[in-house]
Amino acid sequence: MKVVVCVKQIPDPALPGELDPSTNYLKRDDKLILDESDSYGVEMALQLVESAGGGDVSLVSMAPNGAVGGLRTALAMGAEGAVLVSDAALAGTDALGTAKVLAAAISRMSPDLVLAGVESSDGYTGTVPEMIAGALNIPSITFAKQIQIEGGNVKVQRQTEAGYDDVECPTPALVSVTAGVVEPRYPSFKGIMAAKKKPVEELDLSALGIDSSSVGKNGARQETVQVTDAEERQAGEIIEDDGDAHEKIIEFLGELKVI
Amino acid sequence: MTDIDVAKEMIAALKSWVDNEVVPHASEFELPDEYPTQMALQMASFGLFGATIPAAYGGLELDNITYARIVEELSRGWMSLAGIINSHLICAKLITRFGSEEQRQRWLPTMATGELRGCFSLSEPDSGSDAGALRCRAERDGNEWIINGTKMWVTNGERAGVVALLARVPDSDGTDSGGITCFIVEKTPGPGNQSGGITVSPKIDKLGYRGVETVEMSYVDHHLGEDQLLGGDEGIGNGLRWALAALELGRINVAARGVGVAQAAYDAALAYAKERQAFGRPISQHQAIAFKLAEMATKLEAARLLTYEAARKADAGERVDLAAGMAKLFASETASELALDAMRIHGGNGYSTEYPVERYYRDAPLMIIGEGTSEIQKLIISRALLAED
Repeated sequence: MKVVVCVKQIPDPALPGELDPSTNYLKRDDKLILDESDSYGVEMALQLVESAGGGDVSLVSMAPNGAVGGLRTALAMGAEGAVLVSDAALAGTDALGTAKVLAAAISRMSPDLVLAGVESSDGYTGTVPEMIAGALNIPSITFAKQIQIEGGNVKVQRQTEAGYDDVECPTPALVSVTAGVVEPRYPSFKGIMAAKKKPVEELDLSALGIDSSSVGKNGARQETVQVTDAEERQAGEIIEDDGDAHEKIIEFLGELKVI
Repeated sequence: MTDIDVAKEMIAALKSWVDNEVVPHASEFELPDEYPTQMALQMASFGLFGATIPAAYGGLELDNITYARIVEELSRGWMSLAGIINSHLICAKLITRFGSEEQRQRWLPTMATGELRGCFSLSEPDSGSDAGALRCRAERDGNEWIINGTKMWVTNGERAGVVALLARVPDSDGTDSGGITCFIVEKTPGPGNQSGGITVSPKIDKLGYRGVETVEMSYVDHHLGEDQLLGGDEGIGNGLRWALAALELGRINVAARGVGVAQAAYDAALAYAKERQAFGRPISQHQAIAFKLAEMATKLEAARLLTYEAARKADAGERVDLAAGMAKLFASETASELALDAMRIHGGNGYSTEYPVERYYRDAPLMIIGEGTSEIQKLIISRALLAED
C-alpha cells in the first residue's frame, strides 16, 4: 500500500508572523516547520502502513526556496521519502493553484491513498484537499477520525457534530484527517539521523508540465483584498463573592445558553 | 561528532516532549515516589538508553556535548529522568571501553534499546568518597568468581538486568589489599531475594530524586563466570581506575543535570516575578528581585558554559578531570543556590507542593553529593592545578 501525505510547511506559529503588503499573504522567508495539522495525517498514514504490515508513506509539499525543514520532521517520524515542489513562479499562488500543483506531483507517485489535514494552521481555507481530489478525479472523504483499508476500499469514520458517519469509497481516494484524532509520535533520534539521508525529490513547474502563468500571483483567481486586525479580546467580568457569586455565575452561563 | 543540525532537531523533539509530557506530570509521580513507566518508555523510543553507546552495537553514539544537552533538557523537566539513563550509560561505557569484544556483543545491543537495563555499583555502607576502601570481595574458585558484600546507593538497581560491580580481589596471600576489579553481574530485574544469593532491598526513601529507585544490594556467595570479569584477567586490579574514568562521563552528566534544574528554577522564578504583584507592581520591578534574577541568570549561564566546555574537551579527546570537576562543582552548587533563590522569590507559594520549585529545592542537593561530593571535586581540581605547576 502506498500512502501519500500532503504536508504544508509553515512559519513557526510561536514566532510573530508578518504579512507581505503586496499580496496580503504571510511572509515565508524564514525557516518553515511542519504544520501541526498535517502531523495527524502523517501519523495516520504511518499507522495504516504499520497495521497493513507493509507499504510506504511518502510526502508531498509545495514551499518556497526549497524549504525542507518541515519535511525532515515528517521523514524523522517514519515517512520514506518526499517530493517538494518549489518554484519562484509559485509566489502568490491561491488555494486552487496549490491544489493543481500538488495534484500534478501526486499523480506521478501513483498512490492508493492520499491523506491531508483538514485545513492548514496558517491559511485556513480548508479547501485544498478536496480540490486536489477534484484535480485528480478521485473520490474524497472529509473529517476522518478513523481510517481502514479493506480490499480495494477505504472505510472512514467521518466526524460530524452529532457523532460520526461510516463512509466507504474505492481507492485511490483522498481523505482529510481531523486534527487531534491520533497522537502524532515523537521522532526517534535514529529517525532524525536517518531523515537527513532520506530522498527529497525537488521539482519545479516545468518538471510537472505546468504553465507558470496558470499559477502564482498572476494565475490566482483569489485575492485577499483587505486585512483587518481581529477584535481585541475584552476583559472579562469579575464577580466578587458576596455570598451570591454562584447565582451570578449560573445566571451568566444561562445567558450563554451553555447550561 | 554528532551532526549539529541533527543534534538541534533531537533537542527540539526532546524539548517538545519535556514541555508537553514531563513538566505537567512530573509531580504526579515525584511526590508519591512512583516510577514514571510511560516516560521511560518514551525515552527508550527516542533511543536515549543507547545515547552514548557506539552505533556498531545499535546505539546513537552521540558526542558528549549532545548528551549533556539531552541530560540538561530532561532535568529541566524532572531531574530523576536523567538518573534513569545515567548509571545505565556508565555501565555501558565501562563495557564499551574496557570489555572484550565478546562482552560488548553480549550486553551492548540490548542495552542500547533499553530492553536490558544497566546500573553501576561502587558505593558501600562504609565507602563513598573513599571508594578505595570498598570491602565487597570477589574470590576466584576454579573457573568462577564468588562475590560477597553489600552495596549502597544503587540507582536503577531494581530494574537493572546487568550491574557493573566493583569488588576487591584478594591478594594471593588472602589479604584484602588486592586490586579493585569490575565485574558485570547479571540479575533478574525486580526487587527482593533473587536466585544466586542476590538481595535487592526495597527502594530507599529519599528527600528528592524520587521516582527512580535507589536500592541497597547484597551478595552472598553469588557465582559469576570468568566471562563476567570485565576485560578478562587484565581487568584484575584495574576496576577503580576504569570506574573513575567512566565517572568522568557521570560528572558531565551531573553537571548537566545541575544546569537543567537551575534553568527550571530560573524559569519558574522569572515567570512568577513578572506575575506576582506587591506594593502595586510586579515584584520583578522591585530591584531586590530584579537583581536576584540578574545574579541567577549569570550563574546559570556560567554553569552551562563550564559544562559544555567540559563536554567539548571530552569530545576532543582532551583530559577532562579538571574541567569536569569544575563543571560538576559549579553547576551543582548553582542548582542548589538557584533553587533556594527561586523559592525565596515565590515566597510562601514556593514552600508549597502546588509549585514545582520545592521539588527543585529537594532535587538539587543530590547533584552536590552524587558522582563525587563538592569536596571531592575540590580535591580533584586542586590536585590537577598543583600538578600543573
